[in-house]
Amino acid sequence: MLLIRCPYCGMDRPEIEFRHAGAAHIIRPGPPDRVTDEEWAAFLYLRDNPKGRVAERWRHVHGCGRFFNAVRDTVTDVFVATYKAGEPRPPESAPGASEPTEARP
Amino acid sequence: MKFSLFSLLHQGLTGNQGWQPQWRDPAPKPAYDVIIVGAGGHGLATAYYLAKEHGIRNVAVLEKGWLGGGNTGRNTTIIRSNYLWEESEALYEHSVKLWETLSHELNYNVMHSPRGVMMLAHSVHDVQVTKRHIHANRLAGIDNEWLTPEQAKEFCPILNISRDIRYPILGAALQRRGGVARHDAVAWGYARGADRLGVDILQNCEVTAIRRDASGRVTGVETTRGPIAARKVGVVAAGHTSVVMGMAGIRMPLESFPLQALVSEPVKPVMPCVVMSNTIHAYMSQSDKGELVIGAGTDQYTSYSQTGGLHISQHTLDAICELFPMTRRLRMLRNWGGIVDVTPDRSPIIGRTPVPGLYVNCGWGTGGFKATPGSGHVFAATIARDEPHPIAAPFTLERFTTGRLIDEAAAAAVAH
Repeated sequence: MLLIRCPYCGMDRPEIEFRHAGAAHIIRPGPPDRVTDEEWAAFLYLRDNPKGRVAERWRHVHGCGRFFNAVRDTVTDVFVATYKAGEPRPPESAPGASEPTEARP
Repeated sequence: MKFSLFSLLHQGLTGNQGWQPQWRDPAPKPAYDVIIVGAGGHGLATAYYLAKEHGIRNVAVLEKGWLGGGNTGRNTTIIRSNYLWEESEALYEHSVKLWETLSHELNYNVMHSPRGVMMLAHSVHDVQVTKRHIHANRLAGIDNEWLTPEQAKEFCPILNISRDIRYPILGAALQRRGGVARHDAVAWGYARGADRLGVDILQNCEVTAIRRDASGRVTGVETTRGPIAARKVGVVAAGHTSVVMGMAGIRMPLESFPLQALVSEPVKPVMPCVVMSNTIHAYMSQSDKGELVIGAGTDQYTSYSQTGGLHISQHTLDAICELFPMTRRLRMLRNWGGIVDVTPDRSPIIGRTPVPGLYVNCGWGTGGFKATPGSGHVFAATIARDEPHPIAAPFTLERFTTGRLIDEAAAAAVAH
């Protein structure tokens, strides 16, 4: 089970308090009457699905109830950073975004 | 060497010293007609049918690890075709029919055992949905029948049908032609069959790039064992499809999730069929070794770690212990995870891609094992003719742009 730091509550809490909510920073295209089928398909369905670092949304459903974003490594499942909704994705070199010292197998 | 009673007797009487390796370990050639990326069941089946039915024998199957070491060796081996939509029914029934003759086709015992797959209904909604499935299947000529709780218990005596449990059993759908097979044997059988027809299976050979010419057409791949040229490349990389397709600049409608399974210590035969419950996320069958094979739902987050949270297994075991009270004192021997590539509509993608010469067969999500023969069969035809096999035609990549989704997510819940 993952241990996730909610940026609003400021606490490390077990994964069962949270709901994963898909990839983060996906911007809805618009205005709707000028969006092509290809753009809708990309917005709705196409995903980077990276092997490595991913930015994703989580919701602290059994805590504060709020959505926030996280950067996590999909090979080790180690969280690099969690940050509030609306904040930009932290740069790779930002504090707290350092390589985890020990990867979980 | 052809397997037969005679060869078995002969080897038994001569000390089993004469068995040969079942496939070669060739060095990569500089070029092939077709390259298949991924030597799981689906990839090996594709290579086999390319050689067998389409006469394309200059084929390489590239595998970054060892053949059958991914999801082919990690699934719970359930075979059925009781899907809701006509497109899925055609695809999975095509596969079930191939399973029925596969051991003879390959001269390799894949231990196909059509022992019946029973899917439980726990609520009024479940009953309605299940009966809708049954009627849809029967209209398509696929066997599926409704059982009362008493009939379900008669078919699977260890089932708990008391009405005072948290999710009481209100009935079940039974597909008698459904069942299980030996997952490793499927990969080995197809590998042996393909190898004999001239297909090179290249293990420890990871694809690192996809080469294209000025017009964008595929010209080959680069691998950890050097560059290999081919005019056609078929990607059958399951959980890693997004990574491989990314090498050709294509974003896929896929997300990769861990899917866990576990087995108990071996016990005497107690379970004559497969039982699944989509509502409470559990399914179970008994292997020929006697282990109870148990599958769970996916973890909630995307991952390539081939592991998942223990609470997922625990949630499944809660359900298993209630459905099958005799399992409460069983010890679990081991659990593991595989990485499954899930599409938004929970149906696979089989076909051409925007890059000429590049084909993809992916998105089987949590239920690809049952489709292994059919998937390889229609994908081989798609590659050989450069046009979709009629059964594969609805499962194109374009459906996410046109909106013609095949929405089995609502129809089949999480479990396959």
